[in-house]
Amino acid sequence: MYDVIIIGAGVCGCAVARELSRFQGKICVLERQEDVCCGTSKANSGIVHAGFDAVPGSMKAKMNLEGNLRMKELTEELDVLFEQNGSLVVCTEEEQRQGLEDLLERGRENGVQGLRILEREELRKMEPNLSERVAAALYAPTGGIVCPFGLTIALAENACRNGVEFRFNTEVQKIEKTGQGYRLETSKGVFETRTVVNAAGVYADLFHNMASGTKIHITPRKGEYQLLDRTAGKHVHCTVFALPGKYGKGVLVSPTVHGNLLLGPTAVDIEDREGTDTTREGLETVAAKSAETVKDLPYRQVITSFAGLRAHEDGDDFLLGEPEDAEGFFDCAGIESPGLTSAPAIGIYLAERIASRLGLDKNLEFEPRRKGILNPSDLDLEQRKELIRKEPAYGRILCRCEGISEGEILDAIRRPLGARSLDGIKRRTRAGMGRCQAGFCSPKVMELLVRECGTDWTELTKSGGDSWLISGRNKEGIQR
Amino acid sequence: MKQHAIVIIGGGPAGLAAAISAAEQGEKDILILERDRELGGILNQCIHNGFGLHTFQEELTGPEYAARYIEKVERMGIPYLTDTMVLDLSSEKVVTAVSPTEGIFQIQAQAVILAMGCRERPRGALNLPGYRPAGIYTAGTAQRLVNVEGRMPGREVVILGSGDIGLIMARRMTLEGAKVKVVAELMPYSGGLKRNIVQCLEDFGIPLKLSHTVVAIHGKERLTGVTLAQVDHDGRPVPRTEEEYSCDTLLLSVGLIPENELSKNAGVALSSATSGPVVDESFQTSVNGIFACGNVLHVHDLVDFVSEEAANAGRRAAEYVRETSGESSEKRMKCGESRKDLPESQAACEEWTAKMPEKEVSGILDILPGDGVRYTVPSVLHLAQMGETLKIRFRVRKEYKNSCVTVHAGDRQLFRRRKQIFVPGEMEEAVIRREDLNAALPADTITIRIEEV
Repeated sequence: MYDVIIIGAGVCGCAVARELSRFQGKICVLERQEDVCCGTSKANSGIVHAGFDAVPGSMKAKMNLEGNLRMKELTEELDVLFEQNGSLVVCTEEEQRQGLEDLLERGRENGVQGLRILEREELRKMEPNLSERVAAALYAPTGGIVCPFGLTIALAENACRNGVEFRFNTEVQKIEKTGQGYRLETSKGVFETRTVVNAAGVYADLFHNMASGTKIHITPRKGEYQLLDRTAGKHVHCTVFALPGKYGKGVLVSPTVHGNLLLGPTAVDIEDREGTDTTREGLETVAAKSAETVKDLPYRQVITSFAGLRAHEDGDDFLLGEPEDAEGFFDCAGIESPGLTSAPAIGIYLAERIASRLGLDKNLEFEPRRKGILNPSDLDLEQRKELIRKEPAYGRILCRCEGISEGEILDAIRRPLGARSLDGIKRRTRAGMGRCQAGFCSPKVMELLVRECGTDWTELTKSGGDSWLISGRNKEGIQR
Repeated sequence: MKQHAIVIIGGGPAGLAAAISAAEQGEKDILILERDRELGGILNQCIHNGFGLHTFQEELTGPEYAARYIEKVERMGIPYLTDTMVLDLSSEKVVTAVSPTEGIFQIQAQAVILAMGCRERPRGALNLPGYRPAGIYTAGTAQRLVNVEGRMPGREVVILGSGDIGLIMARRMTLEGAKVKVVAELMPYSGGLKRNIVQCLEDFGIPLKLSHTVVAIHGKERLTGVTLAQVDHDGRPVPRTEEEYSCDTLLLSVGLIPENELSKNAGVALSSATSGPVVDESFQTSVNGIFACGNVLHVHDLVDFVSEEAANAGRRAAEYVRETSGESSEKRMKCGESRKDLPESQAACEEWTAKMPEKEVSGILDILPGDGVRYTVPSVLHLAQMGETLKIRFRVRKEYKNSCVTVHAGDRQLFRRRKQIFVPGEMEEAVIRREDLNAALPADTITIRIEEV
């Protein structure tokens, strides 16, 4: 019998797991995919929102502000890249100015610090590549950017280090109330638990509705993105938003913590909870909309496109906590933007409630710090020399575009909750994330995975499941 | 900091030929830096034959062709480091590199030869909509898996793009037991060599669909199929021409991009047409003492031409080292403010001053791509450094039938050659003679164009 089972190893599931690991308890995260950060958390803007656009008084507003305030300390503890680069919401026509004023007002009500409206002159100096049409902007100095994979993986590793169990390739199929708690039927057998955390992203309504009579409904809202090469990463310094519309915050233009430039997302409601395909129209919209706020975008530098699904709940707010009729079933549902920003606060919020419901004692051995994968390019020449002398693998560069060494990839495979697939390695090290998109490094990374994990080439995957990479040896199956 | 006269970045065909040529000029202080485990570059995975017809008048495989150069490098005792990645190159020619055995180290080079080659355009750069399943490989990655690792990336294959590697891989995958269903090419002509279309597609009954592209990718985890559609003149899909192909593998052969990240760090000016450095007749870039050759300069179809070009670059680099040794930069600066305004070396500078008629104020001619020509290499000519002849390589913009290539300086024609067909997939060359050029002077520009007759 578990004390807590968390469904979903996205950023919220992992944040709850990490915060719960401050307490003594038998805690397990069930994830249907082969790795953490495989759903909504892997395909989003990576923005740490300042908190000016959520409706005052909503959970979104509260969690956003708290999450934003906690992000710096958390990312330091967990060795995750985070940068407070500031956000701009721009208006391209004078008539929209009232919209900025409204946002400013709302932001102040939400408690966001440092907001102010900037005029054309000042904006030009700050962001020379803003579109000529930009008349004014709301500036939020507390806005930032974070690596969504980095944060999720770090939370998971830290939770694991502090005793949380993770089970991958384990899909929850059915949830039933029992005398002591809940019974979860999964693709890997039955699990009994006193409490459940429903952090299942676009599937969270299905699980909620199994546990509670008060039905909720989640719509997958697709967002398509384009990622530009690092050569374009300095095109803007702040995250540039258009004025928000009915379907969210609109298409943004932002540097990433790794120095790329990100454009997107679109917002289209779809039916398919797995519908992460990009579309011609979507990619064209991203290009057209981004050009409205920022000029001279180097679209030739696009290195990849992707789509993510936001879990939009009909009530338009985060659902956090127990439904009235399902004691011990904790929703973490409807987590769309600003979900990534809010995750640190959501983790604390839910963990405290669960711990007090179960009467869990403090885990006195809790270790809040986690060390990320060593990045040799952060070292000076002498330190790097010394590192390579001790560990020659750090001197062998496998991913030339991002300059990732064999040493880093080995670390990604060997550490707790280590990578088992090409995408797992990519999300942990960036190997394969650069301009050649894994063309050169993937055979070498495959070779390492085979060597390290003792798997056969045909068992290698891009991202688990049926995403096999190699069908067999040459000439197999030829009729002679 | 270590010092070397010539540091060559890249030990593929370009780097090897440049090294040998520089050594043949008497230069002893050369170092080749190669990122892979062995010398030879991409040739090592090109196990098909067809290499060396121009250079050795025989058909070699890629590894055999590379071996001829590697053996020579060994024989001549030219130093090289493998497993060594260059991380940075500064405009002062300080090379920062890393390897498991040497650690991280810096070299002050007198001259640098850029020979890093190119990379393949990935799916992401095409904005191909759809899911992102496993099974989409660039043709070169598949080539490495099959030819070096002995592993098949899949069994049922569609190829997008008819670049040479794609064509070669259509044949290779077939020979290794896969079914190659179709090759789709966006353009109305193939991007590869005619001989490859015949030997790799036609001989195996693999259809080539021109003016077609992939409009949808099917399969969420592993590729299960693609939809092809015809495209119009602007490359936009034509409605109701869609055709579905089931396949587990999509190979992309949609273009090669010279890898010039290091060149950019060093402040080398790049051409938007080639994505490679702008070079003069000596293969020198806009930075003094940094030379470029091979696919990092512009993408070639035949390795033989890479070797030839690289040998010239190596020779010029050795000359540069000889001419700049022992001279203070101060003295060199007397010739003018920047490289753009002066011939390269002190000796050449004096020679130029002495010999040039006064009216040739600059002594520098721009080589311009005229009608139908996409780019030229070189794009700058310093008269003082021109030999008896100058070979200009170029590519045409589109297919031309029964046309002439001409080279003019001012009104004077320096070269004319008629050809049945010019295609963008095949690199062309024109040779001009110093004698003819002299007669055309004064002139500021040399223009190459295609004239339809």
